[in-house]
Amino acid sequence: MIALLTYKGILVLIVFTITLAVAAYSTYAERKIAAFLQDRIGPDRAGPFGLLQPLADGAKFFFKEEIIPNVSNKTLFILGPSIAMLTALMAGVVVPWGNELILGGNSYLLQIADLNVGVLYVFGVVSVGVYGIMIGGWSSNNKFSLLGAVRASAQMISYEIAMGLAIIALIMMTGTLSLREISLQQVGGVGGHWNWWNVVYQPLGFLIFIVCAFAECNRTPFDLPECETELVGGYHTEYSSMKLGLYLFAEYINMFISSAVMSTLYFGGFNFPFMHDLGLSANWITVLGTVALFLKITFFIFFFMWIRWTIPRFRYDQLMNLGWKGLIPLAVFNIVLSGLISLYVHR
Amino acid sequence: MTAYLFYFLSFVAIFSALLVVFSKNPVYSILYLIITFFAIAGHYVLVNAQFLAAVHVIVYAGAIMVLFLYVIMLLNLNKEDEPHKSYLAKIAAVICAGIMMVVLVASLRGTMQTATKSGSEIGFVNNLGKVLFNEFLLPFEISSILLLAAMVGVVMVGKADHTTQPQDKK
Amino acid sequence: MLTNRSKIVVKKEMNFWERIYLPAIFGGTLITIKHLFKRKATIKFPEVKREVSVVYRGQHVLKRDEHGAERCTACGLCAVACPAEAITMTAAERKKGEEKLYREEKYASVYEINMLRCIFCGLCEEACPKEAIFLTDRIEPSDYTRKSFIFGKDKLVEPVDKRIDVTKRQTPAVLNFKKNKLFSHNR
Repeated sequence: MIALLTYKGILVLIVFTITLAVAAYSTYAERKIAAFLQDRIGPDRAGPFGLLQPLADGAKFFFKEEIIPNVSNKTLFILGPSIAMLTALMAGVVVPWGNELILGGNSYLLQIADLNVGVLYVFGVVSVGVYGIMIGGWSSNNKFSLLGAVRASAQMISYEIAMGLAIIALIMMTGTLSLREISLQQVGGVGGHWNWWNVVYQPLGFLIFIVCAFAECNRTPFDLPECETELVGGYHTEYSSMKLGLYLFAEYINMFISSAVMSTLYFGGFNFPFMHDLGLSANWITVLGTVALFLKITFFIFFFMWIRWTIPRFRYDQLMNLGWKGLIPLAVFNIVLSGLISLYVHR
Repeated sequence: MTAYLFYFLSFVAIFSALLVVFSKNPVYSILYLIITFFAIAGHYVLVNAQFLAAVHVIVYAGAIMVLFLYVIMLLNLNKEDEPHKSYLAKIAAVICAGIMMVVLVASLRGTMQTATKSGSEIGFVNNLGKVLFNEFLLPFEISSILLLAAMVGVVMVGKADHTTQPQDKK
Repeated sequence: MLTNRSKIVVKKEMNFWERIYLPAIFGGTLITIKHLFKRKATIKFPEVKREVSVVYRGQHVLKRDEHGAERCTACGLCAVACPAEAITMTAAERKKGEEKLYREEKYASVYEINMLRCIFCGLCEEACPKEAIFLTDRIEPSDYTRKSFIFGKDKLVEPVDKRIDVTKRQTPAVLNFKKNKLFSHNR
């Protein structure tokens, strides 16, 4: 029991560190990719290729002057970014970062908790995440912040429905809510065991899911809660110093986690093609699988940024139209289609 | 361990439920209500009903309370412009709530003995699904029809609003 | 209409493929990904300097003559010519024994250019009858305070041992122009 707890504790620490590091370097990657897509070079002064830029930014955030507006609600003002960060970090608990390692007869699962309602857990945490934004926006006592918060809540609720419906179709197919089992079902890919990744069976569901993920992470083209052309900074207009940093960090962590969830649900998680044909030992396959998962995550993060610097922002009515009139009917149709196919074709 | 957790969660649930009633600011009320919901979700986990806990958090804390908060933020209710209620209304509310509590206690008293043990797996998704779609199919479908009716009602209300608005502008 | 490139905006109904956004988004991503591999336009300034014209108008210099005496005689023509009113000066009389320092009997004891006002038009250079002020291809350094952008004689006058070459600016055409002040915009 103690050994298990120690192992889980260490795993939590590792996942925590990796999450923060990925979030920090996502800011760097975002700036670099933005620059490259616009024929610029981007940050290159701090360290070789500007690689120390996130550290400089982080240090700057800590040393900046902390301003809490007089008219704000101080408790909630501090609670807002804390909740945003907390919920962003919590979602990483159920993501299977790899298969199991077998060391000295003991098997170590590279997942903090294999809940049998893993998908729902992620969903719940994400749906609670909106409180960070809402509380922060409301307690700033600023019209722009309030509008940002209101937009965020409406947007999150709308797109959560479509996202949930998209996942339901996937769950009908996999028959389990555990993220680890969903990963294990997609073992291999091409090669000895022929198991296609779920995206092959659920292309429409994946499309809906990724669009909703963009909306849930408040990323362009759906970054209306913080859209600077209309709302100054949206919900974090009044924030400064590390509180602002927490909000920005939470956004990047959300992006990282949603990339991880997307890779797990639709792109095979820690599996990679020909994994059982290489003649490697199980532990090596696990390690390589974790690397493969992180490659997939990196791709999705890149994709998030790529889209951000390609597409302009939606108008708010377009956003609502797309969510309610476009994605939700499409998701329902996807459920019906998946049900029919699994009833008549796979039998 | 489980007993301590139970008492802790119950304390949190009841304490924050009381704060919901007693706090002056409606936004605080909602935030305490969310804490109450989380404590109740914790209770679900204690009786091994993880699915119920997750759905409880998603639906109540994640969706309904967000909408509540949304409305209250939009209306910007403060304690200054809270309408002053007469004593008659207050007494009526207390009596109604008391009767409600009596009814709840009376109806739940008999079910105490049949409560499931924490070791059972009735709360898991597949077991729950089997029960819902076999034993309780009719109530399940009726409740879905109820929700559908509510949804149709909402659409109708929204539509009616839409057609009258242009006339108002003229 | 002059360029024949103007387009008349047509607001027609979008067809199905346009309405589902995806083909357009896909096209957009293709365009942006192409730019990922394009040559970058950035010039890394302190290490790499952009090539400028030989008559580039940058930071000013107050020239000395071949003996090292200041050429400026504080006539004030540059200040008059300056459209941004960036130049101020105080004139002083040359004392005995200062002939090595100042070329004429009158000199500028204070000569200041406000670099935040200056628009680098070069009219001061054009107005100067004594060939004393020139714009150079040096880029003025950035700083943190407004005060430090008021350049005095310490920054403007060229050091005796580190002369600044302005011969490239003194082409025959320029010298001819300078002789015939009639051509000047501000006679």
